Amino acid sequence: MPGKNVFATLLGIVAVGAGIGILAALLQYWGNPGNMGICVACFERDIAGAMGLHRAAVVQYLRPEIIGFVLGSLGAAVLFGDFRPRAGSAPIVRFFLGVFAMIGALVFLGCPWRALLRLAGGDGSALFGLLGLVAGVGLGTLFLKGGYNLGRAQKTHFSVGLLMPLFMAGLLLLMFLYPQLPGEPQSGVLFYSLKGPGAMHAPLIVSLLVGLAVGFAAQRSRFCTMGAFRDLILFGQKHLLLGVVALLAFAFAANLVLGQFNPGFEGQPVAHTMQLWNFLGMALAGLAFALAGGCPGRQLFLAGEGDGDAAVFVLGMIFGAALAHNFGLASSPKGIGPNGLAAVAVGFAFCVFVGLTMRKQSA
Amino acid sequence: MSQTVDARGLSCPQPVLDTLAAIREMGKGEIVVLVDTEASKENVSRAAESKGWRVAEVAETGSEYRISIVRE
Repeated sequence: MPGKNVFATLLGIVAVGAGIGILAALLQYWGNPGNMGICVACFERDIAGAMGLHRAAVVQYLRPEIIGFVLGSLGAAVLFGDFRPRAGSAPIVRFFLGVFAMIGALVFLGCPWRALLRLAGGDGSALFGLLGLVAGVGLGTLFLKGGYNLGRAQKTHFSVGLLMPLFMAGLLLLMFLYPQLPGEPQSGVLFYSLKGPGAMHAPLIVSLLVGLAVGFAAQRSRFCTMGAFRDLILFGQKHLLLGVVALLAFAFAANLVLGQFNPGFEGQPVAHTMQLWNFLGMALAGLAFALAGGCPGRQLFLAGEGDGDAAVFVLGMIFGAALAHNFGLASSPKGIGPNGLAAVAVGFAFCVFVGLTMRKQSA
Repeated sequence: MSQTVDARGLSCPQPVLDTLAAIREMGKGEIVVLVDTEASKENVSRAAESKGWRVAEVAETGSEYRISIVRE
């Protein structure tokens, strides 16, 4: 389908951001955890748990939203001739950027999408996370200005670009083969939380359909929360930022309508009030996203349109989630994990190392 | 005067960074930017227009785009 991409216009990006905001609020209304209608980091962490890669019993559920994001993006890319299989731009670096992005996000307790949704639900601590995100992305732009570059990807066979969508389709198949059984923590090979955030979810088919719709629209519009702040800081460009503002505004409005707006700092769902760590966790995540060229949502959409390197970043995030829970790095409503501090320090050291050393000229 | 920026295979935001560097260097004239994703095509066009350059032509060959931006 040739012709102008309406999703890439100003109105397009605002409509997509607004749509995501409203759908996220509705997903919470339909059963997803508080201020977590959509959270790419949390949901990938839940997927890691569903596969038994970590055994934190409260966060195990194979979130169909994530599957929908990848498959919806694939559908849009194929339909509009935008499926471009490519790979080979420093995949191992992208893997570890994914690992530390996830660790940072789990110290804060949310990806940038959820930071916006937490704020839209009245959680004041999210402000510190968003400030951290901007600081981390800002630091990332300094590396970009200094010549940091992950290098060129190569065009490759269509099968390479299809691997992440096929993996997601396989996970969906597992969900149908081993559906959740009432009162059972396990069904076949899959783990299912009986309590905690992992036990809270919208009906499977609803989650999947919303995921497909968001994946489709976000692939066309290039919606990206990291890119929003990066483009503003780096180029003074507000295009993507308007999508983010629309997400925040419409999620807020939808929460008001649905009675899901509860302002305050204490007692917010799946959140802690150690503000320094809310800031630092999201700063680490923001830096890793900036160095990897996309927020976790965007990486899923890129993986859906054939970007094998973005797919590796996604796998890094899932691996990072497993580490975060096995090693006591992830926060809980009580505060940061016993080893969260060390992990954030290692994460910053890794990002600075990569940012300073990968300065090959692109020309 | 014309300059070519080969941004094929580079991921976001590198094509835009390279294009803006060429814009700063040239001041005016014609710059040809080669990219291979639709997102890069949109981003480069948007960035060029924001700097007062005009997208004169976008030619698609296979899976690549050749974007010509000019400023008189």
